[in-house]
This record gives sequence, structure tokens and C-alpha cells, in this order.
Amino acid sequence: MNWETVIGLEVHVQLATKTKIFSAASTTFGATPNTQACAIDLAMPGTLPVLNKQAVNYAIMFGLAIDAEICQESVFERKNYFYPDLPKGYQTTQLEKPIVGRGSVTIQLADGTEKAIRIHHAHLEEDAGKSTHEGDLPYGMSGVDLNRAGTPLIEIVSEPDMRSAEEAIAFAKKLHSIVTSIKICDGEMSQGSMRFDVNVSVRPAGSSTLGIRTETKNLNSYKFMEEAIEREVERQIDLIEDGGTVAQETRLYNGDTKVAKSMRSKEEANDYRYFPCPDLLPVLVSDETIEELRQALPELPDARQNRFVSQYALSDYDSAIIASDSNMSAFFETVAKDSNNPKLAANWVMGELSGSLNNAGLGFTESPVSAKQLAGMVVRIADNSISGKMAKQVFEAMWQGEGTADEIIESKGLKQVSDSGALEKIVVDVLAANAVMVEDFINSDESKRKKKLGGFMGQIMKASKGQANPQQVNQILLQKLNELL
Amino acid sequence: MTIEREEIKKLATLSRLAIDEKTIADVTGRLSSVLALVDQLQNADTESLQEISRPFHTSQRLRNDEVKETDQRDAFQAIAPQTHNGLFSVPKMIE
Repeated sequence: MNWETVIGLEVHVQLATKTKIFSAASTTFGATPNTQACAIDLAMPGTLPVLNKQAVNYAIMFGLAIDAEICQESVFERKNYFYPDLPKGYQTTQLEKPIVGRGSVTIQLADGTEKAIRIHHAHLEEDAGKSTHEGDLPYGMSGVDLNRAGTPLIEIVSEPDMRSAEEAIAFAKKLHSIVTSIKICDGEMSQGSMRFDVNVSVRPAGSSTLGIRTETKNLNSYKFMEEAIEREVERQIDLIEDGGTVAQETRLYNGDTKVAKSMRSKEEANDYRYFPCPDLLPVLVSDETIEELRQALPELPDARQNRFVSQYALSDYDSAIIASDSNMSAFFETVAKDSNNPKLAANWVMGELSGSLNNAGLGFTESPVSAKQLAGMVVRIADNSISGKMAKQVFEAMWQGEGTADEIIESKGLKQVSDSGALEKIVVDVLAANAVMVEDFINSDESKRKKKLGGFMGQIMKASKGQANPQQVNQILLQKLNELL
Repeated sequence: MTIEREEIKKLATLSRLAIDEKTIADVTGRLSSVLALVDQLQNADTESLQEISRPFHTSQRLRNDEVKETDQRDAFQAIAPQTHNGLFSVPKMIE
């Protein structure tokens, strides 16, 4: 039987506020445990929440970015469950009246097609603390760090519109691109700034009813997401084809062991007894606020991609890659403007620079080679001062902190010879010194001559110590050989 | 509307409340009478009224995003049942 995969995502996005959603404690990542957990975050008796305006604004900005309805009177509710990383015994979240209503996100697939993924809603809520079960702990105990408790989140809930792991990952990447472009989230997946819950079910191809789904929680990398989906689809199909049924359950995927497990202990806890939080009043959002935020909304990835095509004449492919990352976009634009050569700028930003940053585990904002430095090098490639091969040496030296492109070209003596008089002399000398090769060339068929040109090029480049401009040499060489024919 | 004995037991579990067998009947009876009172409210004509989640005509006040809390870990941990290396210690949670 042919099976169709149906996937829906719930995405937790940590908002880039300075303080918690309901308290004025800092949200800085990586602080000493429990030093950023105040009385409100710890649910001390008598404390009351006061809502962070920036968190509300960020949620609205997300809604505007995906063309969603903004709920002008949204309500916080209590989701009741007991867990040591949740001091209040309930999570303050939204259910009936979330701040962001229906919207839509368009994804691009590898074959170039586009698909709209519907967003059911997005709501504001607080994050929980973090538990540690391993390491230096008293016997039989777990450790709890409540610094993360109360960090503002939006949870984005999609409709079950995705049909493959590829679509789910394209959607996840698009959301990442949107929230980082409008700067409501730092996008640091390794720090848990974006976490994905994946709902997966399968059904016979052509069926219009949904199969029973499972939810795999807390995936924080695209790779793990892809693996978790593919394994879960396979597991469900095997199960059904062997005459079994899928149990609706929550699962955890371990990216290191590649094994997913059912979280049985949470089954009964699914009765959350939601009710409106008596400590918080409805959140009213005025038309003026929405309009102000709409006006101030930074450029979205799709708009940026179109602009790169029209403003810099980049290909669709190049502009899609660069525009999806707001930091890469900013870097590229500085290089393109400073060098006045967008195509070369794009090649170097997407190629050598991206590769080096990736290997070093660095982002574009942490690049050892600044955009101005890279632009300086692009200028020297464009004006033929250095060849592509020399540029790689220059780049490497800039990466090592050896200075600007011009300083490095000077100190390493990398200047490319483009003086046609000098080049002509080298070509003539090489031809004179290799009379046998020249003879052979003249006596060869037209079809074989092209191949034999390489031999001369090698000799010439060697004679010039690699500094001859290859395009120019090629031209002069052809001209000289043609004269002999 | 009445509430059943089994529902009381489930609610107690979810709420982490200890209700012994002897008092379940009493609690069930009293909660059922509360629900009967709520049932009476169902008779009120609310057709022409708009749904509200609060009886106040005000909305949530918002706070500016400025850090104002300082580190008071030592004070909070002094009253915690058990801590270790700055972490709150709790009985091991195993999934």
C-alpha cells in the first residue's frame, strides 16, 4: 500500500526580550544557575505577574509577518501540571484567545515549487526551568535551574499541511528566517532559542481522514527533526502493516542514540484543567499599536530575496540562500556596496566565507574577516590585481588576522601580472624554449590542439611564479600560436 | 450535574491532594452541591450578553522591558528544603 505522511509542527520561539514575560529578571543565556530567578519566577507567595510590553509587541510583529489576524483582546490561562521545573504548578499560557490568529507561511522546496503552510495560531506563554539528572548531584536527586523559568515564548502551531520531512524542515527554516529577520528571536538553536515538536501520522494515499498521530517533542536541530520524522513514519507504517494500531502518545527522540521513546509518565497528566488566569487581565491591543508595529517591521526574507534579484542582479538561487539569513544578508550588502561587485561578493560570502565560518562554528556577526576587508579583496579580484587562486591565499591570511587585502598582497608579493607587454614576453620565451611542443601542436588535429594548450599554460604560469593573469595569458598564447599555423 | 467518586479520585491525583477513602464520599457530596449551584446559573438568560472573561472594565497593564531584579539566590536558597551547587535539589525525575 502507498502511504501518505501528514506532519504538523508546534514551534517554541524564545523572544529576545531583556527580561522575563512576567517579571523584571534578566533572560541572559548562560548565567550562573538560579541567579536570574526572582520571587515571581519562583512563585513565592504574594507575588503577582506584570506583563512585559516588549513580549506582547514581538508576538504581534510575528503575527504581522505571517499576515495573521491579531487578536485585540487576548487572554492568559493557566495550564495545570506538576513538574519540578515549573514552580507555580501551572504554566501561564493562552488557549481560547491567543494573541495571533490564523496566518500562513510560504515555503520553497528543492524542486523550485512553493507551498503555503497554514498557521493555526500563535500564543504567548512562559518557558519552564531546566532540570539536570546527571553530573555532580546528591544520590537519587535531580537539580533544577530556574533561570529559564518565565522566559517569554511564542508557540507557533501549524495546520497538518506538511507531507514530508523535507517540507517540515523547509517550514522550520522559514520560521527561523522570519523570526530572526524581524529580530524577535536570536535564533540560536543550540541554546534552545527555537524548539520543535513534530506531530506525525500516516494514512493510505488518497484518504482524506487523518491517521492517529504521535508527538515527538523538543527537537532542536533540523538534522534531528529529519531523522525523527523519517524513523517515526517508518515505525507507524510497519506497525499498521503488521496489523497493529498507532497509539496517540508523546515521544522523545535522542539525537545521539537515534532512538525515540514513549514518554509514558506524561499520559495521565494530559488533563491540564485550563482556566483563565485570575492574576492577569485581558490584553488589549489598539489599532494604533498594530499600525505602529506594522510600519516598523523590518524587511521580511521574501521581500529581501526579491530585492536582491532586482537591486544586485543576483540569481534566484543565490538571493534565496543569502536572503534567508538576515546576518548573512547584512554582511553581503556591505561587501556588495563597498566593492561595487555584487556577483563576486555573493560568491565569496556564500562560498569561502560561509564554509570557513561553518567549520569554525561561528556566525556572520562573529566573522574574523570583516565585510570591509572582504570587499577590499573583491575589489582586487575585480581589477585583476589578484587571481582567484591568489584570493584564496589572501582570504586565508585575512582570516588569520594578517591585515587588509592590500597589505597582504603587498607583504606576500601576490600581485598578479596583467601588464600585456610583460606577459607577451613570458609567452614568447616559453614558446621558444619548448620548440618540440610547438611543433607537436602545429602538427596536431584541430580537435586535439585544445588539450595541448594546457601544457603551455602550465609552463607559462610556472615561469611567472603563478602571478600571470590566466585569462590574458590564454589570449596571448592563442594569438601567438595562431600566427605560427 | 453531579460528580462521581472516580472523578474526585482523578482530580485529587492531578492536584496532588491526598484524600483518604473515608472523606471521599463527603467531598463528593459537597462538590456536587457546588456544581448544582452552578447549574442554577445556566438558567439565566445570557442571549443578549457579550462573553467576558473578567468582571472588570480595565485591561492588563504592561511593563517596560527593563531589568530591575537583582540576584537574590542566597536568600531564596536559604529557605529551600535542599540545594546543591546552586541548583534546587528535587527527587530524581526519570522519564
